[in-house]
Amino acid sequence: MFDTLKSRIYQGDQAIPDIEKAVIDEKFRGLPLIDRQSCSNCNECIDVCPTNAINQDISIDMGKCIFCGDCERKCPNNAIKFTNFHKISSTSRESLIIDSNTTQESFESIAVKSTKEIKKLFGKSLKLRQVSAGGCNGCEMELNACSNVNFDMGRFGIDITASPRHADGLIITGPVTENMAKALEDAYLSVPDPKIIILTGTCAISGGVFQKSDVLKRDFLEKYKVDLYIPGCPVHPLTVINGILDFLK
Amino acid sequence: MKWIISKNNQVISLNEIPVLGIDELRNEIIKQYKTDKRVVGFFGCAEYSNVRLYTILADDNKSELLISSVRFMAGEKSYPSITKDISAFQMFEREFYEEFGIEPVGHPWLKPVRYSKNRFDKTQKIENYPFFKMDGEEVHEVAVGPIHAGVIEPGHFRFMCNGEKVYHLEIQLGYQHRGTESLFENNNNFAPHLAESIAGDTVIGHAITYSNAVEALLNIKISDKAELIRVLALELERIAVHIGDLGAISNDIGYLMGNSVFGATRTLVINTLLSICGSRFGRGLIRVGGVAFDIDIELSEKISKTLDKVLKDVDKMTETMFSSASVLSRLEKTGTLSMEKAKMIGLVGIATRASGLSLDARADHSWGWYKKFSFDKEILESGDVFARTHIRYKEIKQSMNIIKELLNQIQDCKEDILLVKSKNQLLGNSMVVSMVEGWRGEAVHTALTNNEGQIFRYKIKDPSFNNWYGLALAVRNNGISDFPLCNKSFNLSYCGNDL
Repeated sequence: MFDTLKSRIYQGDQAIPDIEKAVIDEKFRGLPLIDRQSCSNCNECIDVCPTNAINQDISIDMGKCIFCGDCERKCPNNAIKFTNFHKISSTSRESLIIDSNTTQESFESIAVKSTKEIKKLFGKSLKLRQVSAGGCNGCEMELNACSNVNFDMGRFGIDITASPRHADGLIITGPVTENMAKALEDAYLSVPDPKIIILTGTCAISGGVFQKSDVLKRDFLEKYKVDLYIPGCPVHPLTVINGILDFLK
Repeated sequence: MKWIISKNNQVISLNEIPVLGIDELRNEIIKQYKTDKRVVGFFGCAEYSNVRLYTILADDNKSELLISSVRFMAGEKSYPSITKDISAFQMFEREFYEEFGIEPVGHPWLKPVRYSKNRFDKTQKIENYPFFKMDGEEVHEVAVGPIHAGVIEPGHFRFMCNGEKVYHLEIQLGYQHRGTESLFENNNNFAPHLAESIAGDTVIGHAITYSNAVEALLNIKISDKAELIRVLALELERIAVHIGDLGAISNDIGYLMGNSVFGATRTLVINTLLSICGSRFGRGLIRVGGVAFDIDIELSEKISKTLDKVLKDVDKMTETMFSSASVLSRLEKTGTLSMEKAKMIGLVGIATRASGLSLDARADHSWGWYKKFSFDKEILESGDVFARTHIRYKEIKQSMNIIKELLNQIQDCKEDILLVKSKNQLLGNSMVVSMVEGWRGEAVHTALTNNEGQIFRYKIKDPSFNNWYGLALAVRNNGISDFPLCNKSFNLSYCGNDL
């Protein structure tokens, strides 16, 4: 008993006090920025990218990017720079495409568009059911970390529920495998209306490193509207929490 | 010659691999098992209209791998099952049958493994899995999954219970099947990113296994420093997951103090990986030819300091936890797997060491820096949840010592090149087996190249493939409410099994 109390006092307060202002180590690869002026059109970055996230006009699709940093290292002119800015969620798929005009400020201004209705429905409490549909356990572990003592997502009224019946929506990880497609749709249909869909991680958004796999069945994602995209491989807990908080604002 | 003798990461020519008749191979395998060999690879490979079945046995005492094969002609559709004599083959034979339709006659439960895309019988659907049935007055079944209550991967568990007591647990997987092996095959680019996603909790483990295999085929040697950073990262990954598991086990017995403290302590470790390579799980660090990020003096001091704090915190919390009678009463004698059963089913990794078996690829099939370092394997004997919990604590301390040693040596190789660039082609017509002891157990990758030097078959064996059946046996005769605890004490990967 006293040992437990001593451990408790020794540990102190572990929670990050201000989630919105928290900064991640500078090595972290978050929002990429492109300097077109220094680019010599050598296309090395396009060739090295394992997920075809870089387009011919050297724009980077964060929905496909796995943030491995291979392009940044390969570029002879330092034209691509991954910043440690982690608030990279978006309510639209298109906004995830970063071109040379994108700055941190311009991205922030267009990325997460909240609506009055969402705020009214879920602003004070959002319960989500998580479905892993081929997720490698990376994003799953980071979603679990969102609820640990450091990030403590529950303090904002955001929680993961055990049943879809108790949830306001799904938070999906993984590229959606054929074998999991039916269970995923069943879970979605079990969530009472009104409900939302959040895609977490590059695999869920585009298939990621598995995009060329012939065992995916992603028509669920075409059939239903996705409300929030949270990129990352895996997603960082701060990206998740801030993305959802901005969405509920 | 019945077998060709190879070693971890040693390239052999496909022509050197003996082709035996199936009865001959079967007898040979049974003979080798009598002298303590064990299977680490048993997989098929299409060869025109024939099927070649490769068998790889590990000799852990001599650090050798025994490789042989059988060729099944187009019309040959069955052979006498090996599982009848050696239970450890049960999953391997089921997998081979699922993919090629060549039946191991006499296999006691020839059930689907993962409903893979390349299964021979496409009419089999995952929703029609043939579960065992049990009859009796007070017998009932509990079905869980594929979607579980927590944030974890999907899989289906079917408990056959009498009251609260579990008679048998049937584990049905396959929901995570992403066609991973085939994405490595006939791929002109190196795919470390894909290896990092085989199982997202073993990023470093699988990425090193892959890179070691490819580097062997390229015939390149990476620098001492790169080797050292790889081992350091692998041990950091081990520490991080083990601490996370201590927290999760605490959570499953309602010991929330442990859950909170271990959770926070784990954050320190994975944030150390982040400060090395920009990813909390070490993604982007391991590349073919070495590593992509350096550890300078400043960073190594930071790592050392953080680990001192981590060790102090883990020591404190574990001491408190293990001196609590209510904790011990939940862990001890729960989910016991005896040494005999562990050996019989071919359990690997921490779970097998917790059941008293001496098996650790870091020592038995050492590679790179591990060759220069001798350490005693951590082994416990009780085989219960307590042993699987306690062994994690012991391995955390062991890994801390390894990292300390590495950080002392890292200064000596500061001028070393991190990433060797090579114009070499992959050696053609060859096979290499790569084994790495990740935190869960041994990952085994086998790559086969064709005449053009392209990988045409890439076989992955995650330790989970061996160990899921161990979980099923461990929960027998336990209360069904202890299942989550037993499950956590194994902490197996779904996608590592489903590929």
